[in-house]
Amino acid sequence: MTTLDELPPAVEEEKARERRALRITWVDLFLWGIRVAAIIVILWGLIGSIQAFLAGEGLSAQGWRDLIISSLAQGCMYGLLALGYSMVYGVLGFINFAHGEVFMSGTMVGFIAANAMFENGLWTANPFLALFIVLIVAMVTSTLTAVIIERVAYRPLRGAPRLIPLITSIGMSFFVQYTFAGLFGVGFSTYPQAPEILAGSLNILGLQVRTTQAAVILIAILSMIGLWYFVTKTRTGRAIRAVAEDKEIAGLMGINVDRAIVSVFAVGGAMAGVAALMWSLLFRSVNFFTGFFPGIKAFTAAVLGGIGNIAGAMGGGVLLGLFEGVGPLLILGGLGIPGVSQLKDAVAFVALVLVLVFRPSGLFGERLGSEDRV
Amino acid sequence: MTAVATQPEARAVRDPSRIEGRRVLKVGTLAGVAMIYVAAVGLLDTFNARMIISPILSLAYLLFFAAPFLAGRVFTKRIELEGIETKPATGADVGAAALAGLIAGLMPALFAWAVNTFPDLRSTFPGWSPQMVDLLTLGRGVAAAFLLLPGISAAVAALGAATGLLSKRVQKALAAGTFTVIGLALFSVVVDDFFDWFKALPDFLYPNAGAMSILSAAVSFVVAAGLALLLPGRVPKFTTGLASEDGATRRRSTLIGAVIILVIVLLVPRFLGGILNELLINVGFFALMALGLNVVVGYAGLLDLGYVAFFAVGAYATGVLTSPISPTWDPMLSWWQAFPIVLALAALAGLFVGTPVLRMRGDYLAIVTLGFGEIVRLLLLSDWLSPYFGGAQGIRNIPGIPIFGQEVNVTTPVLMVYMVMAFVALAAFISWRLEHSRIGRAWAAMREDEDVAEAVGVDTVKAKLTAFITGAVIASFAGALFAAKVGSVFTNSFEILVSIVILVIVIVGGMGNIVGVLVGAVVLIGVLGGPNQPGLLQELGEYKLLFYGALLVFMMLKRPEGLLPSRRRQQELHQDEFLQDAWLDRSPMAPGPSVAEPRGKDYEF
Repeated sequence: MTTLDELPPAVEEEKARERRALRITWVDLFLWGIRVAAIIVILWGLIGSIQAFLAGEGLSAQGWRDLIISSLAQGCMYGLLALGYSMVYGVLGFINFAHGEVFMSGTMVGFIAANAMFENGLWTANPFLALFIVLIVAMVTSTLTAVIIERVAYRPLRGAPRLIPLITSIGMSFFVQYTFAGLFGVGFSTYPQAPEILAGSLNILGLQVRTTQAAVILIAILSMIGLWYFVTKTRTGRAIRAVAEDKEIAGLMGINVDRAIVSVFAVGGAMAGVAALMWSLLFRSVNFFTGFFPGIKAFTAAVLGGIGNIAGAMGGGVLLGLFEGVGPLLILGGLGIPGVSQLKDAVAFVALVLVLVFRPSGLFGERLGSEDRV
Repeated sequence: MTAVATQPEARAVRDPSRIEGRRVLKVGTLAGVAMIYVAAVGLLDTFNARMIISPILSLAYLLFFAAPFLAGRVFTKRIELEGIETKPATGADVGAAALAGLIAGLMPALFAWAVNTFPDLRSTFPGWSPQMVDLLTLGRGVAAAFLLLPGISAAVAALGAATGLLSKRVQKALAAGTFTVIGLALFSVVVDDFFDWFKALPDFLYPNAGAMSILSAAVSFVVAAGLALLLPGRVPKFTTGLASEDGATRRRSTLIGAVIILVIVLLVPRFLGGILNELLINVGFFALMALGLNVVVGYAGLLDLGYVAFFAVGAYATGVLTSPISPTWDPMLSWWQAFPIVLALAALAGLFVGTPVLRMRGDYLAIVTLGFGEIVRLLLLSDWLSPYFGGAQGIRNIPGIPIFGQEVNVTTPVLMVYMVMAFVALAAFISWRLEHSRIGRAWAAMREDEDVAEAVGVDTVKAKLTAFITGAVIASFAGALFAAKVGSVFTNSFEILVSIVILVIVIVGGMGNIVGVLVGAVVLIGVLGGPNQPGLLQELGEYKLLFYGALLVFMMLKRPEGLLPSRRRQQELHQDEFLQDAWLDRSPMAPGPSVAEPRGKDYEF
């Protein structure tokens, strides 16, 4: 029998830990201050927007619906990009800063294909084939870029401290960017007008949806199904999951770790290629800097969904797209701030900061390898 | 015992008498790809006007043929690995190098042929012009290029390989000569301007419209190589002295270095013209920011990618406080009155950025700070805050710095140089004192292992915040000076590229080493230039960032500790090799010193 004053040491320790956990420092207070301030700002803006909406000012109901659907489409693109960040982080434990450039290479080279097909008439004659060719070209380019970057810059750094590959990837990012600037010039190239079939809008369950946006969402769903099949049902997918769990043990089990890592980069690159096609449908104009901001936003999406978590990346992408698309008007507009569209990127970055500060493990839980769990 | 004894057999030692076909093909192809890259990206066009030796060698071709040269060197490079040395290179290796050069040279010739045959490519790749083909084929036509390019690059590769056969000392002398010529050619403006009082020297060196002739290049090569042969070990002695373990040697080297720098700093601006003083001022700004970032990244190990935000805070605060026409609110303080307020604001900004990221792991911290940097820029640019910060209009009419009744601004470049230098010295002094203080040791401990540091009683919250605040304050020095110098501030001076360039300076110079960071700033900003400021290589334009990116990758792969590393950082980054060396030093039979000991010995506390 143990009495109260002779508790076993383990219990004492437990109690001490609890006391320490309860200790509130000024840092906690500061962070709570930010939380409360963020919530107040969001609520205030929401109320302002709702009041304006009820008073018949600002966007109509149709306008809000359109905004939400276009944000959703953009979010799907972020989600596909986020997959690349998420998978690489899950396996290698570093932020592949150059992934935005992988995406950019797809949009730029895809443009060459699209332009060539526009000039010889295939673009209008057989739009589905043409878009399919653009998709294949973008996917192949992005995959190649990703694999080459891995081979040149990351493979020699296996096992280096976490920040070293991150800095390398930043360098790689600028190197790739300005290589493309040197090759293609710094100006914008514009994809040919979307084929006739994609120009109008569809009526889906009573909602008017622009066909390009519907196509983007459909492509995202199809790619997710394909990726799910690849990761869970194929041999390579199993190898990737094993390597993500523990590189060393996977190696001991006879899995070729290097090959699994290359296939992670290849799959991430392929998804970035799909995202490149989406960009061409949604925005059409591309230049060497196209990949930079979408890349950072996609990383935010990956963290939001829980880094290393494939389904989470897609969910995070859609959420970030919504937040970035609807947020400025809904919240900042509700606060009466002028020129909210200028602040679109700032809102995305604020989302990034808030997510990383308050929910670094993401909404759907992170999945990291054994070495990277903290 | 057996493991040690069998090691030499286990490691395949290259047989020098056999030419390895696969290796030749691989190295040759890589060099060829590099040559095509130089041409395809447009570097040939860009650098063709910059002559190294007029009229035979321009910077463009130096870059172009550097690939086969380096490829050739691969074949005769002696590698020492775990105490086992590859057998010395022979003539056969030079032959292999020539073959690789041949393969390399064929590839750009093929590329030139392709560009020439399909002129339509130009609509997508604006740089692939007939002019580029002309440069690529050395102006002799595509057919001749198939003979010329492989021939020349084979010769260059063989030359590269042959240098590997020479003794180390001769190699060093040749390298000294080569780099002197390249340096003199690149710095022609500086030499020309500096020797205004002794025109004979620049007149001799640069007879051909500011470029070196064959004669002057040959003479400077011989002089430099000769000096390197005759005075062996002076300069290395000095640089190794800076990192020496012996306190007295290190102090002496530091003193010599300090005196040299002081003399140069005090004398040089007087002899320089306006353009070079302008360049020096820019170097100073970047040196200041790099010193600040060095505290954050180099000492405390916190990767801050949005460092430019503090520069922006300094510049905008100075602008708002001093400019008579700043929108909404103009207290019209003098620069000196505003300065303490600016510093306080910057410290607050450092605290504000530092607090939320306290508990974040290193790579997330990098991205969050990048986010902060962009948020600051976007807010300053927005219509929302334009009543305070002018939005896209920026803030103009910022007065200069009043000293002794004179106003120091863009019109008084020499005084401005002294002003900036003074602040660089102040920042260097602050970081030097901090590095060796209690907080500096706390930073070092935290950088190596945060959990362990916390466990032994380091207050990591305080250490991190101090690092952020110190960094922010030093960046705001640069911001305040920048605002006074330019007289106006716009958001495009505060783009993320600035943060990246500062990071490259710190990493190339040597994280955690003040001298390294200063040298990095002088070399990189002086030669390549900042994102918006031209360096001596004015032709670079947007290619600057290409070089910065490549440098970052190269340094991380080959020398993550930087060119002039801090001793301690070097150990942290090469711990594996260090332990391996320690293991090798231990005799396999006798129980030698334990593996951990050599590392422990070097601790400074």
